[in-house]
Amino acid sequence: METFLFYAQAALVVVFAVMTVAAHNPVRSAVYLISALLGIAGLFLLMEAEFVAAVQVLVYVGGIMVLFLFVIMLVSVRETVRQAFLNRQWKTALVVGIVLAAQLLFLLVTGGRIFEVQADPSLIAQAPTMNTESVGTVLYTTYLLPFEIASVLLLVAIVGAVVLAKKNI
Amino acid sequence: MIGPTHYLVLSSLVFTIGLIGFLMRRNVIIMMMSIELMLNSVNINLIAFSDQLQKVGGQVFAVFVITVAAAEAAVGLGIVISLFRNKETVNADEIDLMKW
Repeated sequence: METFLFYAQAALVVVFAVMTVAAHNPVRSAVYLISALLGIAGLFLLMEAEFVAAVQVLVYVGGIMVLFLFVIMLVSVRETVRQAFLNRQWKTALVVGIVLAAQLLFLLVTGGRIFEVQADPSLIAQAPTMNTESVGTVLYTTYLLPFEIASVLLLVAIVGAVVLAKKNI
Repeated sequence: MIGPTHYLVLSSLVFTIGLIGFLMRRNVIIMMMSIELMLNSVNINLIAFSDQLQKVGGQVFAVFVITVAAAEAAVGLGIVISLFRNKETVNADEIDLMKW
């Protein structure tokens, strides 16, 4: 069952990712990207990371992609559809991308067993806790300083976005 | 049985698709969407190893990556809007003010 779910979700994610990149209309591209992100959230659920899956749906699909759609609607869609959709360097880019994919897949096929690391048995033996609970505990103890820095980063991003999008500064 | 190698193969495919999209398309907004795809492929890796090692640090790191992606999208789209206001284009080939 897990195997079937993984392959179904993975095929969905890859197909929607390709369609995101290949769609002429930016609105369609954004909708395909939303589907791909939802598929990735499903994969997170499959890996028992419920909290990150919920954050993925809330922040990415509910926040970032709505922002993208707003901006696509603000800049004229019709003009961008009529333009040529590949840039001048697309042949080089395609070759570089395919070579990179071949290298990564070769590495993973020949040396993939290195990544089959085993978990510490004592960690598995522990009584299972709720995923959100354990993420929250680690986030507010071990990673407290990075958490605070991330909040400052978000504040800077808010101010920066307002300043950039304002008409007369 | 699905191990981390399956997830690594998937994430490298998604990363490469995002990279090709970023390099090939001329619409700045779609280039930014390709960046989101690449960031998500990294998240798949982090969660896969977090699940394999039964340690929750990878999931915390994925949350941080999502935070950075949100900040990046907000600032980037602000740049796109002010660019469109000044130059009437979202075409990456026409944005060449700093070219000499």
